[in-house]
Amino acid sequence: MTIVVATTDRESVQSDVLPDGWEMVIGLEVHAELATQTKMFSPAQNEFGGEPNTNTHPVCLGLPGTLPVVNKKAVELSIRIGLALDCDVQRCVWARKNYFYPDMPKDYQISQYDKPLNVDGSLQLPSGQVIGIERAHMEEDTGKSTHIGDSGRIHDAGYSLVDYNRAGVPLLEIVSRPDIRSANEAKEYVEELRSILVAVGGSDGKMEEGSMRVDANVSVRPLGSDKLRTRCEIKNVNSLRSLVRAIDYEAKRHIALYDNGEEPTQETRHWDEAAGKTRSGRSKSDAEDYRYFADPDLVPIDPSDEWIEEIRSSLPKLPRQLRQGLLNLGANSEAAALITNRGLAPLVEETVAKGADAKQVLTHAENNLAIEGAAELDATAFADLVKMQTGGELSATQAKTVLADMVTTGKTPAELAKQHGFEAMDSSALEATVDEIIAANPDEWQKFCEGDPKVRGKLQGFFTGQVMKATRGQANGKLVNQLLQQKSG
Amino acid sequence: MSQKTAVQLAQEIRSGSVSAVSVTEAALAQIETKDGEINAFNTVAGEQALAQAEAVDKKVAAGEEVGPLAGVPVAVKDNMCTKNIATTCSSKMLEGWVPPYDATVVEKLSAADAVMIGKTNMDEFAMGSSTENSAFGPTKNPLDTSRVPGGSSGGSAAAVAADYVPLSLGSDTGGSIRQPASLCGIVGMKPTYGSVSRYGLVAFASSLDQIGPFSKNVSDNALLYDAIAGHDQRDSTSIAQQHTRVLPHLAEGVSLEGLRVGVIKELSTPGVEGFEPEVLARTGEASDALLAAGAKVDQVSVPAIKAALSAYYMIAPAEASSNLARFDGVRYGLREDGGNTAAMMRASRTAGFGDEVKRRIMVGTYALSAGYFDAFYGKAQQLRSYLIAEFAAIYKDFDVLLSPTSPCVAFEFGAKEDPVSMYLNDWATIPVNLAGLPAVSVPFKTGAHGLPVGVQVIAPMLEEVKMYRVAKALEEASK
Repeated sequence: MTIVVATTDRESVQSDVLPDGWEMVIGLEVHAELATQTKMFSPAQNEFGGEPNTNTHPVCLGLPGTLPVVNKKAVELSIRIGLALDCDVQRCVWARKNYFYPDMPKDYQISQYDKPLNVDGSLQLPSGQVIGIERAHMEEDTGKSTHIGDSGRIHDAGYSLVDYNRAGVPLLEIVSRPDIRSANEAKEYVEELRSILVAVGGSDGKMEEGSMRVDANVSVRPLGSDKLRTRCEIKNVNSLRSLVRAIDYEAKRHIALYDNGEEPTQETRHWDEAAGKTRSGRSKSDAEDYRYFADPDLVPIDPSDEWIEEIRSSLPKLPRQLRQGLLNLGANSEAAALITNRGLAPLVEETVAKGADAKQVLTHAENNLAIEGAAELDATAFADLVKMQTGGELSATQAKTVLADMVTTGKTPAELAKQHGFEAMDSSALEATVDEIIAANPDEWQKFCEGDPKVRGKLQGFFTGQVMKATRGQANGKLVNQLLQQKSG
Repeated sequence: MSQKTAVQLAQEIRSGSVSAVSVTEAALAQIETKDGEINAFNTVAGEQALAQAEAVDKKVAAGEEVGPLAGVPVAVKDNMCTKNIATTCSSKMLEGWVPPYDATVVEKLSAADAVMIGKTNMDEFAMGSSTENSAFGPTKNPLDTSRVPGGSSGGSAAAVAADYVPLSLGSDTGGSIRQPASLCGIVGMKPTYGSVSRYGLVAFASSLDQIGPFSKNVSDNALLYDAIAGHDQRDSTSIAQQHTRVLPHLAEGVSLEGLRVGVIKELSTPGVEGFEPEVLARTGEASDALLAAGAKVDQVSVPAIKAALSAYYMIAPAEASSNLARFDGVRYGLREDGGNTAAMMRASRTAGFGDEVKRRIMVGTYALSAGYFDAFYGKAQQLRSYLIAEFAAIYKDFDVLLSPTSPCVAFEFGAKEDPVSMYLNDWATIPVNLAGLPAVSVPFKTGAHGLPVGVQVIAPMLEEVKMYRVAKALEEASK
């Protein structure tokens, strides 16, 4: 659904892909599947994949006589997302959107129309730019049709197959204001929105599985104008790369039309990834009248202030806040974004709070924790590990090995270090080993003792390597260095 | 068996003096003998019914607790889903469709140890007032087979009136229980909206539909109502409140001392358009009887009633146009070939729906269309709000309201071929659905051609006890 609103105040932005004097105006509609156990109005499982038509129930198949019952968890997640987007949460009314389509079991979709759950929010991009959120309303997803025939389109298919596993999956449709001014900004918006959805546990945000789908409303206007021109809605954009390409293509198409003295027609267009073009969807004569009316099978939802506040107080830190926290710990902005997108920022903060060295923790989070389940790592255990490392009990390589095992086994670093035989060597035993190595390499030792810093550095590496070899990696490199310095001086 | 009430039957079966199987067999035999002519049933579920009856007898023999409807045969309107038993809504669209689940009321019948004997004929998708709109032929009025039984729950009313079964379930969107009860000389009740679950009732107009009982007498009616009422999580419009049983409040010698009864002027003044004089006369006598029983009786005006019919014929078709969209040939029911999906849907709907259903879908689609919504659907909702407010104000001064149920006694087949004259039949019943109130039709003597007249008792929401007590008094007075 598209709702036209006056654009918010923003300086005109010259597009970097359009001729001089043109500005792009973009609004995005993002459909996010909510991370619930069951569907929006039915007890069927909300699960991606699965044999066609197995995650179904009489209710989500729209069998005669069945009635919808609202999934409270879906409402809660929608409020969480709404609050994370600074929306006002209000009493909302379920509405039926009526149109015939074979993958929609009731031939109407239960949605929210003039009284949506969340309104008037905003989202701040990493660049600092604020994008207005018009509304974020709840609705149910449709099934999926596969059209068997020459074109793969419904009009001339030989036959069509319908899978209702997705029918009735809870969706939140997040509608931005037309505040976005470039394809890259659109991409940034979607990435940031995705991080927010994941951070609050509202959706898994997987574009490739269709759990997050983006439609783009695109128009162009002369720089300095504050009027909204005719827009086209681009559908079938399945990746961020397609989003950028589709928006740029569409904006240029509009310019070409204006240059020819023509006007774009307001319509839905489909992105054809292979052709790199948008194509006209349905013709104007098919224009739908959805005959929205309040669904008489459902009652309005009026979330109490207590409930809203309870949800607000349970919100985790948002990506923007998490990134700032990491920057404060000394991360660079790339690492901060990477760690936040991996969902590791809260772990990093907590681990540092437990007294672990921030630099080491950040290094691990950036380089060694691209592992499934890393976000669930126990912060105390992680802090213990880093302390063992800084205390010289574990080498960097050993710490990396132990850390990976901590994620998969849940054991403590001490247990795992012992299991791997990474126990720190007794310092007298280490000294004896160092003496043995010196004795076995008299020439090198002499050069080490007499050499200039460059030679010393090179040979230090040699001796450390020999000690490591002899101790099968158990020696602490720092201690070995200290011993070598003492003995040579 | 036909002489026994449901209350008596349940008692005898529970005590073991009569077997549920013999009662079921007797009912099946009645149907077998008489229903060729009456056509009250679309499906007779003989095997399943006998199995249910046997199970009840076993429970009795084992000394186990049995439910309040122990072994009593009950007929169910063919728009309530029954697992493994066809549910057709008397439409070609759903001919042969077998639901994979039971409606909540059907589950409740089983839980009460009733025997579900079969599915009854109706106007297609409950749209009509004579059962002439059934795709499977009309049902005849057992009192005079040249006349209609009323509708849309004509089959359920006829099944009781013909003495096949003591109890049946109907659904009432604008009078579809009360009007056929009136025309068949039996008791029919539409409960408070939300007091009986709609889960499993194939929807006509969701904000108006309500399931309710038919019976020969008031106590039996309350017995069945008590068995089906109560909150259901599967219906979001179900009232979240425990049901208080009505039957215990209907002991012999109900007193109406101090009860304030309002006779609705707009529906009872002599000369009201379309109302037969005998019907108005019986309504007057009924109010006299209540006065004699100790009630305080006054005339009361409900002006919004004049607009109720128009509002109803916007709201009900609007909801129906959306509710019936799902019958598109894709997943179940009739499918007619077409060159593509849209053409297949069009062909299926054209072939599957009867004229009255199509008429209402078209009217409803129009009423919801962009540019017309405010003038039609929006205005109708406003009128509905006025009506609800008027009733609320009146109930400050009155306990129950009284009116005729139907403007006329049972009419002959084909007598009301013009749709509007048929719609006018619901003049007195429709305001009750729009306001969500409970109302019962009680037979009160006879009118033209010696056919029964029904009077309607309308109570405030959830005041079924008061309503049934007045009904009981009228039943006594009518004897």
